[in-house]
Amino acid sequence: MSEIPADLKYTDSHEWVRDEGNGVCTVGITFHAQHLLGDLVFVELPDVKKALTAGEEAGVVESVKAASDVYSPVTGTITAINETLASTPELINEDPYIDGWLFKVKLEDEDELESLLNAEEYAEKITEED
Amino acid sequence: MNIFEKSTPHRRALMQAPRASLKTALPAALLRQTPAQLPEVSELQAVRHYTQLSQRNFSIDTHFYPLGSCTMKYNPRGVHKIAMLPDFLRRHPLAPLHESQGILQCLYELQEILKTVTGMSGVSLAPMAGAQGEFAGVAMIRAYHQARGDFARDEFLVPDAAHGTNPASAVMCGYKVREIPTKADGDLDLNALDAALSSKTAGIMLTNPSTLGVFEKQIALIAKKVHEAGGLLYYDGANLNAILGKVRPGDMGFDVMHLNLHKTFATPHGGGGPGSGPVACNDRLKPYLPVPIVDEKDGDYYLLDKSHLPHSMGRLSAFLGNTAILLRAYIYSRILGREGMIRAAEFATLNANYLMHRLQKAGFELAYPKRRASHEFIITLKTWPKQYGVSAMDVAKRLLDYGCHAPTTYFPLLVPECLLIEPTETESKEALDQFVEAMIAIQKEAKTSPDIILNAPHTQPVRRLDDVKAARQLDLVWRKAKPAEIHTEKV
Amino acid sequence: MPYIPHTDDDVNTLLETIGAANIEALFDEIPAALRVKAGSLEPIAAGMSEMEITRLLSERAALDKRGVCFIGAGAYEHHIPAAVWEVASRGEFLTAYTPYQAEASQGTLQLLYEYQTMMANLMGMEVSNASLYDGASALAEAVLMAVRSQRHNASRHVLCAGTLHPYYRETVQSIVNAQGIQLIEIPFCKKAGTITSDCLKSIGCDEFAAILIPQPNFFGAIEDVDFLTRFAHAKGALVIALVNPIAMALLKEPGQWGDTGADIACGSGQPLGIPLASGGPYYGFLCCKQALVRQLPGRLIGRTTDKDGKTGYALTLQAREQHIRRSKATSNICTNQGLAVTASAIHMSILGFDGLRNVALASHEHNQLLIKTLTAIPGVKRVFETPTFHEVVLHFDKPIKTALNALSQAGVQGGFPLGNTHAEYENCLLICTTEMQTAGDIQHYADVISSL
Repeated sequence: MSEIPADLKYTDSHEWVRDEGNGVCTVGITFHAQHLLGDLVFVELPDVKKALTAGEEAGVVESVKAASDVYSPVTGTITAINETLASTPELINEDPYIDGWLFKVKLEDEDELESLLNAEEYAEKITEED
Repeated sequence: MNIFEKSTPHRRALMQAPRASLKTALPAALLRQTPAQLPEVSELQAVRHYTQLSQRNFSIDTHFYPLGSCTMKYNPRGVHKIAMLPDFLRRHPLAPLHESQGILQCLYELQEILKTVTGMSGVSLAPMAGAQGEFAGVAMIRAYHQARGDFARDEFLVPDAAHGTNPASAVMCGYKVREIPTKADGDLDLNALDAALSSKTAGIMLTNPSTLGVFEKQIALIAKKVHEAGGLLYYDGANLNAILGKVRPGDMGFDVMHLNLHKTFATPHGGGGPGSGPVACNDRLKPYLPVPIVDEKDGDYYLLDKSHLPHSMGRLSAFLGNTAILLRAYIYSRILGREGMIRAAEFATLNANYLMHRLQKAGFELAYPKRRASHEFIITLKTWPKQYGVSAMDVAKRLLDYGCHAPTTYFPLLVPECLLIEPTETESKEALDQFVEAMIAIQKEAKTSPDIILNAPHTQPVRRLDDVKAARQLDLVWRKAKPAEIHTEKV
Repeated sequence: MPYIPHTDDDVNTLLETIGAANIEALFDEIPAALRVKAGSLEPIAAGMSEMEITRLLSERAALDKRGVCFIGAGAYEHHIPAAVWEVASRGEFLTAYTPYQAEASQGTLQLLYEYQTMMANLMGMEVSNASLYDGASALAEAVLMAVRSQRHNASRHVLCAGTLHPYYRETVQSIVNAQGIQLIEIPFCKKAGTITSDCLKSIGCDEFAAILIPQPNFFGAIEDVDFLTRFAHAKGALVIALVNPIAMALLKEPGQWGDTGADIACGSGQPLGIPLASGGPYYGFLCCKQALVRQLPGRLIGRTTDKDGKTGYALTLQAREQHIRRSKATSNICTNQGLAVTASAIHMSILGFDGLRNVALASHEHNQLLIKTLTAIPGVKRVFETPTFHEVVLHFDKPIKTALNALSQAGVQGGFPLGNTHAEYENCLLICTTEMQTAGDIQHYADVISSL
């Protein structure tokens, strides 16, 4: 399914992770997650340089009817956030994997990515939930 | 048009403004420099504008309003009129006691009535709304544990079906919230409760009948378990109308509770408040009640404050809560008297069960078909989105076209595509039947012409509103549009 | 049966449809052991008719009848145009609930949007919510909001002017207590009755999240808000303005304090068309800068459009609220004080800014007249020297009880005995004037005191 790109890693809580090389990865929420939430109206992102451990709350995405925490899929330090989302949160609905990215993390342990779900496993998980 | 668009510079309702010399000796640095933009209309324009706005509302006075969990019963006009007697309105909250005995006697007697109907021994009228009552009650539990030197209890248990205010109130009191799941029959999952209870449990918040519209049958056992673990029980009085005079929270084992007087005691909801949320408790928690409290000695009424109750959880408002709302609840309870209070619960329950049976017969799916309705019940339209492409929200909007306010939708969150329906005791059989007819008609439309439902409402001042735009392009304050710039092209 | 429409035939039909033998059968899921025991409700009297209760309550109301009121201390008697409550009491406003079904609640929603606009403009602030319970609890929410929004200032200390209304202080304390927020009181200058620059030297707290400034303060005195605002902003703290909305038609509004304005403005909306009524229902207003809007608790109404592009109004930013966010909500607040705000919006529309300014000026003039008239009496003197708005503290050389009793006999409620909240000011009264008293009333007050 094109909605779950094969080259990304995933979490149970519907974040995706892209390995950018040099120990940095980009994080966002999946097509499935944005679809469940509906039209997003607000995004709260972590501060740059903030240290996060895997599973820690990193931010919040809000639609008119729901709000959902975003968890950091990995342990590391925030190196960048997608500042355009402050004025255009709809980018997450329109393009969750490219323009709608949330933040970038410098990994503490590069091998950590291996422990995340691959596209196939994530696809299986959301079918179960449905 | 809004009131600002109807304004004309310098138009004033002169006879309402006092005469004053327009000078002051105060230093200019302390003074306001530019006038605030407020409406500039005549008195008639204001009266007409707001009268016309009122006509763009559904209300109990104009429509059947079966909003579950909100108890939209008739708000007697007589009660409102008495509470608006000029001598009641003009009394200053800090007036000396000897010029306050009339109102204080009413409040004292209200406290006594509330103690009796709840089976509790202490009452404070201070909280200004249900949510503040919750906060006060949980803060009292916290004060109780701390007074005993028990600082390890930092968790509050809340069922997953609870009102959103419950977890929010517990957090405001500094607690961590642990959710307890509900079983398929609507009762609490006792295994999960056992697993959650520990020496860290400060207490549990419960609504009974629950938000699912059913009576929690295991309540005595739950109370025993929580007390054995050293925790206390908080009763969310949102659904008290269902059991008034039939079973009392104090007798069920609860230690502290709030009452929503704007629900059970028929004070007007006013477009979203003022409410009133007195707390009632047993002896164990009495020292921690919020102040002020009205007391009586030898026929004289006076106020207890922190100097009398040093362990009180404190003050919740500048004065004595929403006093005039308390007064309305007092008047209502005197009109009902003890028999009338029992009847409120009886007829609220009768109406709910009747409506439930009629809707079930008409083919609507009940969320808890094996249970009695309390004063409210839930139907679920979970098959409708796939079957007809119609959601519970669409049905809610279509009901408006049939002249019924929509029931509560999407609450409780546990039941998909739900409508929580509470008819109250003051509705006649004819009003209930009309609602059933409307639901049947909508069911038919769903099968034959769902577009009518999807595009509803059709008869209201506006059609469906763009919530997403309201949030993304936040417009909370009206600003005069800048006059268009005039471009004069030189030839 | 009061307010229950059912005839016996109705009851039978309903029970038949349900398949229950009697109403009692509908309660069969409640364990018998828990049911109310016979006689438990005996202490509650039998019901009364509307006629009977009207008579009883009219008698009780008359017990509290009195003459001219000079008590303020947080609740102020102003003239309310008759039209205000006539319109606000219309059933369509009075008996509607929270506007969750926006299309069927455009009246309440548009009115609240207009109220938000009026209040924001009066405060000179960018946004206003649709109201909170009362002034004191609104101040508590302002404190929580200020601490929450200071992402880069971890301090949980909030400086609080010692000139704040003591009941407000107590309320804030009980509400923010459990969240580890510490209020640090700035002692006031005993000579000025305000917070002066010397007062700030003694606080011994250099890092704080916010400062709380009342204007006018509890003693009726006018604080140097520009100075205090600059002081707090220089330390990276937020400024919370607690103001009397009537006074803001005359005094500098929070949006203009210091160089960049107060960050949050709140207070009691009672002076704007709400009767004294023994203390409530009033409402609290809460305004802030646009940058803080997501931390603003309570209901917010936004202007939007419907499917056809027509202007309409809806609740917005609801995902901050408890019914969606549950334990992570900005506050547990569920309702606002819709009806009181309805009255206030109508009140402000009828008076307009000029009308409110006249009310403020008349109240202030009466204050000046009262000070002049009473301090001309030997033994009566001012306690603080800072200029006042419409309240003042006067010291009497006689026991305050004697003075108040004599005034009461003469049909005057003379003021709030300051010793009730500040032990060191035992023979002092906090006296309030608004536009409601006449020069004759003030002279009458003076005559009673002179005759003691």
